Amino acid sequence: MAKTYNAGVKEYRETYWMPDYVPKETDLLACFKIVPQAGVPREEAAAAVAAESSTGTWTTVWTDLLTDLDHYKGRAYSIEDVPGDDEAFYAFIAYPIDLFEEGSVVNVFTSLVGNVFGFKAVRSLRLEDVRFPIAYVMTCNGPPHGIQVERDIMNKYGRPLLGCTIKPKLGLSAKNYGRAVYECLRGGLDFTKDDENVNSQPFMRWRQRFDFVMEAIHKAEAETGERKGHYLNVTAPTPEEMYKRAEYAKEIGAPIIMHDYITGGFTANTGLAQWCQNNGVLLHIHRAMHAVLDRNPRHGIHFRVLTKILRLSGGDHLHTGTVVGKLEGDREATLGWIDLLRESYIKEDRSRGIMFDQDWGAMPGVFAVASGGIHVWHMPALVSIFGDDAVLQFGGGTLGHPWGNAAGAAANRVALEACVQARNEGRELEKEGKDILTAAAQHSPELKAAMETWKEIKFEFDTVDKLDVAHR
Amino acid sequence: MSDVQDYASSLSDAKSRKFETFSYLPEMSEEQIRAQVAYIVSKGWNPAIEHCEPENAFSNYWYMWKLPMFGETDVDRILGEADACHKAHPGNHVRLIGYDNYAQSQGASMVVYRGTIKV
Repeated sequence: MAKTYNAGVKEYRETYWMPDYVPKETDLLACFKIVPQAGVPREEAAAAVAAESSTGTWTTVWTDLLTDLDHYKGRAYSIEDVPGDDEAFYAFIAYPIDLFEEGSVVNVFTSLVGNVFGFKAVRSLRLEDVRFPIAYVMTCNGPPHGIQVERDIMNKYGRPLLGCTIKPKLGLSAKNYGRAVYECLRGGLDFTKDDENVNSQPFMRWRQRFDFVMEAIHKAEAETGERKGHYLNVTAPTPEEMYKRAEYAKEIGAPIIMHDYITGGFTANTGLAQWCQNNGVLLHIHRAMHAVLDRNPRHGIHFRVLTKILRLSGGDHLHTGTVVGKLEGDREATLGWIDLLRESYIKEDRSRGIMFDQDWGAMPGVFAVASGGIHVWHMPALVSIFGDDAVLQFGGGTLGHPWGNAAGAAANRVALEACVQARNEGRELEKEGKDILTAAAQHSPELKAAMETWKEIKFEFDTVDKLDVAHR
Repeated sequence: MSDVQDYASSLSDAKSRKFETFSYLPEMSEEQIRAQVAYIVSKGWNPAIEHCEPENAFSNYWYMWKLPMFGETDVDRILGEADACHKAHPGNHVRLIGYDNYAQSQGASMVVYRGTIKV
């Protein structure tokens, strides 16, 4: 029956709060953590978030009646207490799939984390999790290659891969930079990496860096008989420039390039991922700026959501934190988003902060990258936490070896293989780590020296963004 | 600098050639190899044996020794095939693989007999 037009402001909950709604298989579901302004009831705040992230505006407009708003609107269908936080609550909202352009994480997040995050009726707002229906997943290109294809291309099986970010971050000439790469690779690493802020500065333009690094790769491959790569960072000021660098990397035979998906933008990233798939180049993804969005427990976007964005947008590697190193990362939460990166079906698991089942269908998995403040003593814990489908990256932990990069690389490689061997024998790495490394160092002077150098360094600050657990 | 140790590795030194997983560790003893075979079996992977002249080891395709041992769970029989391959090709690398047919990948891959490396 036709509705009549009544100008004015309605309470959001009259339209957008639907506690009896049963979400459809095709709905996109979101869980927000909301702290409402004083005096705003939970249902009203949840409905306001549903409205402002979908069809609603602050007042009724006559053009509302030219469409079927009840079809297109977001629906707040459930509210839950947040364990350990009396002011905040979780609001669950269902969005019909028709609201979103196919294959566009850009469009999805322009809605979900758009104007609503500045909305006055809420004091703070955090997007905790999003369930992408398989119908939407199928419209996204996803990782250019995925774990299985990368293993075949690089010929690496039965163990995590090893990497290293070249330091100092800024200021090296291209030829000296290539030297640092060569030394790491000949010592036994699989990959080296451009730092995220190495793009194309006056001290080292991208083209010379690419040329010298490729020579380093070729020589290290001939010397060791193993396949090697270096993440050539193609993050650039414009998409045109980004593709120019990517094309050159392909032309000189680079196996892998790299992009910063948040500062570079989701549009650039999605395009580059498709280019990588079309051109057979692996894609490493860095996450600069993520902590601006994900570190505050009450406001922003949880990293598990940023993880899902990347898997849909496309990348073959993603930095996930290390749990044990210098950067923030709660262990259970990290295990949760590692699963979201690599597995094909992840069940709801509140103990890891996962609010929904997520079905990725046949979308390839992404290597988890552990990087930042880690060294050989962390190796047993890293192998135990991350398993095989990970890249363990030791920057200072390779380059800071007293005998240089090659020795540092060899130390890490020996430690890694000793841990994998021990794990396969059924030994408990986190309990027996010291014995395993000490035994391996008997036949590796490089490992012995590394263990002596880093013995005392630990990073034991408490995590700021903890999982929500009951406090009383 | 006297306490800094040189990293000895070069194009001209054949001992610098590695062969991926476990090649930075000393050669495994029989018991240690047995434990790795048992790991492959415990994962439900299909064991397979391949071999190759060390100087051609960079290629993707090594020579298959017979066919992968689909469904084989007897550690002794798997070790026996690796040994038979080694006896037939004593100068070659002999590689043990655990095919993971669900991941469509190799869950494990390791050289269990090291060939004689020539430059």
